[in-house]
Amino acid sequence: MFRRLDEAGKKVRFTYDDQDIEAIENENLAAALLIAGKTSLRVNPVSKQPRAPYCMMGACFECLVEIDGISRQACMVQVSEGLVVNSILDIGGNEDV
Amino acid sequence: MSDENQKTYDIIVVGAGPAGMSAATAAAEVGASVLLLDEQPSPGGQIYRGILSAPEARAKILGSSYTEGLAITKAFSQSSVTYQPLATVWQFDESGSLIYSVEGEVTQAKGSHILLATGALERPVPIPGWTLPGVMTAGAAQILLKSSGVVPDNAVLAGSGPLLYLLATQLIRAGSPPKALVETQTFKDALAAMRFFPLRFSAWKMLAKGFLMMREIKKAGIPRYKAAKGFRAEGSKQVEALSFDHKEERLRLECETLLLHQGVVPNTQITRSLRVQHRWNKRQACFHPFTNGVGLTTNSNYSIIGDGRAIAGAQVAVLEGRSAGSFVAASLGFNVDPADVFKQQKIIKKERAVRSFLDRLYQPPKEILTPANGATVCRCEEVTAGKIREYATIGCLGPNQTKAFGRSGMGPCQGRYCGLTVTEILAEENKSSQQETGAYRIRSPIKPVTLSEIAQCSED
Repeated sequence: MFRRLDEAGKKVRFTYDDQDIEAIENENLAAALLIAGKTSLRVNPVSKQPRAPYCMMGACFECLVEIDGISRQACMVQVSEGLVVNSILDIGGNEDV
Repeated sequence: MSDENQKTYDIIVVGAGPAGMSAATAAAEVGASVLLLDEQPSPGGQIYRGILSAPEARAKILGSSYTEGLAITKAFSQSSVTYQPLATVWQFDESGSLIYSVEGEVTQAKGSHILLATGALERPVPIPGWTLPGVMTAGAAQILLKSSGVVPDNAVLAGSGPLLYLLATQLIRAGSPPKALVETQTFKDALAAMRFFPLRFSAWKMLAKGFLMMREIKKAGIPRYKAAKGFRAEGSKQVEALSFDHKEERLRLECETLLLHQGVVPNTQITRSLRVQHRWNKRQACFHPFTNGVGLTTNSNYSIIGDGRAIAGAQVAVLEGRSAGSFVAASLGFNVDPADVFKQQKIIKKERAVRSFLDRLYQPPKEILTPANGATVCRCEEVTAGKIREYATIGCLGPNQTKAFGRSGMGPCQGRYCGLTVTEILAEENKSSQQETGAYRIRSPIKPVTLSEIAQCSED
């Protein structure tokens, strides 16, 4: 489990698969999802096994989520009010992102 | 986007870590026009991530190895450098033109010289189960703490390297001490490292810093398992435990977060995409771009400095940045005092001397470099070490061929976290050197882009 050391900053709300999540404005999206208990963010297209943030620096691509129809690395996105985030659960086997 | 919109600069720096910020500041100080592109929202790189906005309490937890970056970050922020955060550079051409995106908006820019300061990646730690949710790099946990003030409870830290101890002390100070440290380092490593210990003040200072960290960890009552091997992350949908061999016993530590670390290696994606020469460094067990003293690559339009060139840490990165920034500015006709550059080069040489000691002390064990058959090597395409060995027996000579044999290195990470392991395994199986075996051929886009971003580019 992960937790925040402090709750300073403006609170904002965003949605992940239609679920309302509270976070701090400009917080790292992957961090906000981990705090919200979303331990796995996608499934691997080959093995269909769950995957979660691994490197937190934009290199491993394990934290891919969908925002505005584009797959983005959650660890490279900042949370803003009303952000709509969806998981990529059913990505085809040969479809590289 | 049209050609008239291509912006030109004397120098374009890529990466806002200690090397990039120092190089950009030094070149701007003597009058060069400098653009610095960085992927993150604020300057600092990974080591000083979020340094301008970290609350005081967080900075205190992170300690002096973090806060000492404040001076260079502030100097950079006050310089005349054009700083573009949130920029993903996804194409470099040999003449010094590059293409980058900021929130989907594409820009083309050209520098008379490009200074790459793209830093390091964590060395892959391909133990069985490392793809399970809850298994992360030690660096990832540090980034969570630096950028968001987020800490894991009861994490198990496993592997070797100074970063493991640093992270342990930071988590202790944050009130979230790790459950245990499981270290691959052996007494034999410590003995073998002794002959590399340089008798210099900076080395003793480093050693003292290490002892203080050990004392803090001991005082907090955190168990340390040394000379551990046979790591396995257990769990089905989420990591549940780390199991390992320790003193003739198989131990199992339950955990929800497992943080792995085996040191860091240069991120060579960009230099590989430029087809410049690289050479295998045996001591650091990774490829280094082939450079001269100030970081010039075998393409005269590009230099590389800091940990992206060879792992040497933040202090050396700052010095390399300053000397390369000054040297490149001088080569473009700006007035620079050569004495400064010589002085920096001298200090770099001294500081680098400590590295051989650290490299030997925290040398990654063989089971990490060439993992057992069951371990996944390519995380994206789920290719195991056993599969890579099988490809070798049916004639696969190099990393590029593994793509055709079984798609390894072809997923979204583009080989960042399997490249070195594939090279090591193939070299061992084919009884060839890592240099001869080579590395994946990297092509642009370096980072995935949308078709609309490509469509914004003008035709050549």
